[in-house]
Amino acid sequence: MSTEARTATFTAADWSGGVLPYRVGHRKLGMWLFIVSDSLTFSALLMGYAYLRASNNWPTPFPFYPSIVFSTVMTFCLLSSSLTMVFGVSASSRGDKAGARKWILATIFFGVSFIVLHLIEWNHLISEGLRPFFLPEHWVKVFTTPDGIPPTPLFGATFFTITGLHMFHVASGAVYLGVVAARVKKLKHEDIEISGLYWHFVDLVWMFVFPLIYILSVDVGGHLAK
Amino acid sequence: MSAHAHADEHFAGSNKLFISVWVWLLVLTGIEVFLAYKPIPIHFMLTILMGLSIIKAALIVAYFMHLKFERLSLVLTIVPMLVACICLLFVFFPDSFRSSGLRYKFKEQPPVQPQSSENP
Repeated sequence: MSTEARTATFTAADWSGGVLPYRVGHRKLGMWLFIVSDSLTFSALLMGYAYLRASNNWPTPFPFYPSIVFSTVMTFCLLSSSLTMVFGVSASSRGDKAGARKWILATIFFGVSFIVLHLIEWNHLISEGLRPFFLPEHWVKVFTTPDGIPPTPLFGATFFTITGLHMFHVASGAVYLGVVAARVKKLKHEDIEISGLYWHFVDLVWMFVFPLIYILSVDVGGHLAK
Repeated sequence: MSAHAHADEHFAGSNKLFISVWVWLLVLTGIEVFLAYKPIPIHFMLTILMGLSIIKAALIVAYFMHLKFERLSLVLTIVPMLVACICLLFVFFPDSFRSSGLRYKFKEQPPVQPQSSENP
């Protein structure tokens, strides 16, 4: 099966009915197509962010602590949750449903940790005065250029939209995995694999959000602390 | 038969392999955080970070999402069109740079009256 899957690509017989042309079930194919369309949503948002950033005086306000420390630990949580999810799918493929449930619960734990850390990090910024369409007063003072161009208030809009949509995906993923964990004995292996696909996708998106939003906005000289 | 085939396919990746992928992802993240504090010009920095992110994304898609072990026809259906669509979004950048040029028109030549700088 495996050899055949790697060597053969398209054959006429694949498309004449009665077989699965991609050798995956329709639900798994559906999840892949959903992931493609959701990737485009995030791509468009990140591209919009890049557009605004290239055409404005963009503030770079994130200090090492709390922002970078928190976001790095959050990255660690998501990467670890992907690993536990893979172990869960692996256990399920061996028919070990109890093991799968245990690993999925570990995945939910890491996902919820991510959300809690992210909300604390949001709270830091909100209490500093960051809003979707306003910057804190002292940011405006520090990041205004010598020739008087103020930093753009759209920083808050892009930050809260992109990280907020991602957080929504993590939260809905945690609920989805909760349902899968509760019903794990009734579900087929492929259904568990599909939930894993969604979870890895959430992790995948963060691999782009983290460097673009956080790493590229580090306050390197510590201007805000002065 | 198909259930068996699936179980067999999944064993294409061992737990050892997945742990090493996870370690690589952590190492690449560490490199990104390290680079954040290096005085690298933003264009160069963006290129390096995007390169690292694409490597990380590829590792996740190939091993965690198991695409490496799926049929080639599925890969060819999903990946090229996604990459093409994302590349098409680059069409907006010339406009972004143009509007940046408009906004910073007087950068080299500060306005005479301080008040006039409030007008964008």
